[in-house]
Amino acid sequence: MNIALKIPDAEITSEKNRAHLDAAVDGMTCVSCARRIERMLAASLGVSAAQVNLTNRRLSVDYDPGAIDGPSLLAKVNELGFRATPLSEGLSESAKRESRALIRALGVAGFAAGNVMVYSVAVWAGLAQDMGPVTRAVMQWIAAAIALPAVAYAGQPFFQGAWRALSHWRINMDVPIALALILTCISSVIELLRGAPHVYFDGAATLTFILLIGRVMDFNARARARMGAEALAALQVLTATRIDADGTLVNVPSRSLIAGQLVKVRAGERVPADGIVEDGRSDVDMSLVSGESVPESISAGARIFAGTLNLTGPLNIRVNAAGPDTLLAEIGRLMDNAAQGRSTFVTFADKAISIYAPMVHILAAATFFGWLWLGDVVWQQALINAVTVLIITCPCALGLAVPITHVVAAGRLFAAGVLLKSGDALERLASVDWVVMDKTGTLTQSHPALVGDAAAPNHLALTLALARESNHPLARALAATYAGQMQITLSDITEHPGQGMSGHDGARIIRLGNRKFVGVDDVANDGLAEIWLDPGGGQPVRFAFETPLRTDAAQCIQALKKDGLGVEILSGDRQVAVLPVGAQLGIPATAEANPSDKLKWLNRLRDQGHHVLMVGDGLNDAPALAAAHVSMAPASAADISQSAADVVFRGDMLMPVARTLHIARFCESVVRQNIYISLAYNIVAVPLAIMGQVTPLIAAVAMSVSSLTVVLNALRLKRA
Amino acid sequence: MSALVFLIPAALGLGVLGLAGFLWALSSGQYDDLEAASQSILFDDEPAAPNSESKKT
Repeated sequence: MNIALKIPDAEITSEKNRAHLDAAVDGMTCVSCARRIERMLAASLGVSAAQVNLTNRRLSVDYDPGAIDGPSLLAKVNELGFRATPLSEGLSESAKRESRALIRALGVAGFAAGNVMVYSVAVWAGLAQDMGPVTRAVMQWIAAAIALPAVAYAGQPFFQGAWRALSHWRINMDVPIALALILTCISSVIELLRGAPHVYFDGAATLTFILLIGRVMDFNARARARMGAEALAALQVLTATRIDADGTLVNVPSRSLIAGQLVKVRAGERVPADGIVEDGRSDVDMSLVSGESVPESISAGARIFAGTLNLTGPLNIRVNAAGPDTLLAEIGRLMDNAAQGRSTFVTFADKAISIYAPMVHILAAATFFGWLWLGDVVWQQALINAVTVLIITCPCALGLAVPITHVVAAGRLFAAGVLLKSGDALERLASVDWVVMDKTGTLTQSHPALVGDAAAPNHLALTLALARESNHPLARALAATYAGQMQITLSDITEHPGQGMSGHDGARIIRLGNRKFVGVDDVANDGLAEIWLDPGGGQPVRFAFETPLRTDAAQCIQALKKDGLGVEILSGDRQVAVLPVGAQLGIPATAEANPSDKLKWLNRLRDQGHHVLMVGDGLNDAPALAAAHVSMAPASAADISQSAADVVFRGDMLMPVARTLHIARFCESVVRQNIYISLAYNIVAVPLAIMGQVTPLIAAVAMSVSSLTVVLNALRLKRA
Repeated sequence: MSALVFLIPAALGLGVLGLAGFLWALSSGQYDDLEAASQSILFDDEPAAPNSESKKT
């Protein structure tokens, strides 16, 4: 994962008269937005091609660097009201090529496997009846003509993988696969030239096809994980408004900001750099830092971070960190490092192959030399017997038993609203012994709801009249609760940034906002989010909010505890909001943890030997999600968090977390059973093969039966 | 067995035709983005006959 937060020039690849630029575009809502950008750029001088992909919000432009430069192209897009950020396209372009090459190999292998089988089956059937040697030879030559080029082409991923491993003095799963493919083909050609009755071209082609299916599935799961970095780049603000010493406003690239400069951030803009507020008052969506969905009221002296969203009023900010030093860039780096650290995970199949592969090679070599020295046969016959051992022991079991089980389990989870994003997530989930939960949006629902007291009807009408004019989440929750109440209209409704709303009812001034705004600063604060109404005379009315727990949160925690898992809360929210939730659910809770605190917390648990499942939704959880042994995010989570997580679950319930762990453990036991079934089959077949007693027909029947057993066993998961 | 002279080339030819079709679909980018097509129903169509004004924008 390469996060594109670098200097724009590096991402613009240029030749003599052709340059290419890729950018992430924020703010497109429909196809016509995309077409507008394309038409505008295509009409610009020096642009030879412009293409916008709406789904992944990508812009790709070919242009002549002599006529126009990259930054002014992006500026043109920004003029249309979109936000374009340059992206490094290198990785994703090569990933696309790799994906196409894999699918092409899969197509070729599928064609070869299907067609070779036609001739193999004919030969097998013919052997039992009356096929003449000439007809048989024709069939075998055709099979060779199809299988040899197909295996040579489609087997490349395995050959290359094996070569890479061997050149570093390592053995991976590709080594026995490549060896089996090559030796199968060589021995089959020798047999064919000798006019012998048995050739193995069908085995080579089918093996390539089946193993490629697993490879393609694996690749797709990985490709999805890369999207996160691009979404993060879209939060990065491209331009900033700098305030110079003489008070003039200058538009500059936000990367060029340096500590000590003053910038202006208008309502609705994202903050371009980390800094301290010097002047102004506003509500800022700080979910990037705290995970808290309710905006914070900000005034002079407050710390503010790049990437947070200024909602209501203009702010002047004294920059103290910009570009690569901001918290946003730091989150990107944390995710990057965390994801790299985790890729050392060794799956059960990898472990099995590291024992299995040397054993297979030793057995095959022993068969060859045993026959040569003790068996008194020509060396070709000894080689054939050795190859039969290789084919029979070829890791079909590991190549098929594991993926088929995972695919069935993934389908089962999908039906339950749980999406698996990475291939080995199930195996990681099965080994989890500790669960760390975020609070806001994970244990609790994502929107605040009104608690308790209903005010007098005339107050409700006043409240509604003001609340429905505001975009503040608490005001919207109020408006939603009281929608359908008696309607009155106030005049002169004004929004006071960072404070609240006011309006006139005749001569009375009605205020709705925070406690200072209404003038009740001395009332004790119980930690709940609140709005006060000053009805223009008389006692101010308080509306308190909390984000209620998901209805099945307690039930889910109970289920997790019953399975012997440790559960705790780790939140970026304030103590007063977090500790009661922990007490209510009966689990330990830690509050006020920033993104890197969360990461450290997870690393500490890992060092203690725990396999941690992290469940979180906020941007501030993203590094922790990427670092955890395995991670889950609700579908309401921020894009980046969803990409960082291995598993995404839908709906308002928390129970899918416990259910997923259940299914993962069941899946793991089925995988182990499947591997044991395959091993049992090998224990019977390998001695026969070593003794030279196995014909292709027997091998094919035995293999099909074992594959069928494995598949049927995997299907049990459907009823899990 | 003389039927094989026709049947084998016919079977192989059909197989190759299928493979060629698949490789064409792949190289024309139809497998690059498997999700966009399912979402396209949610987006507005472009006007059937874009007028000259919109071209200038």
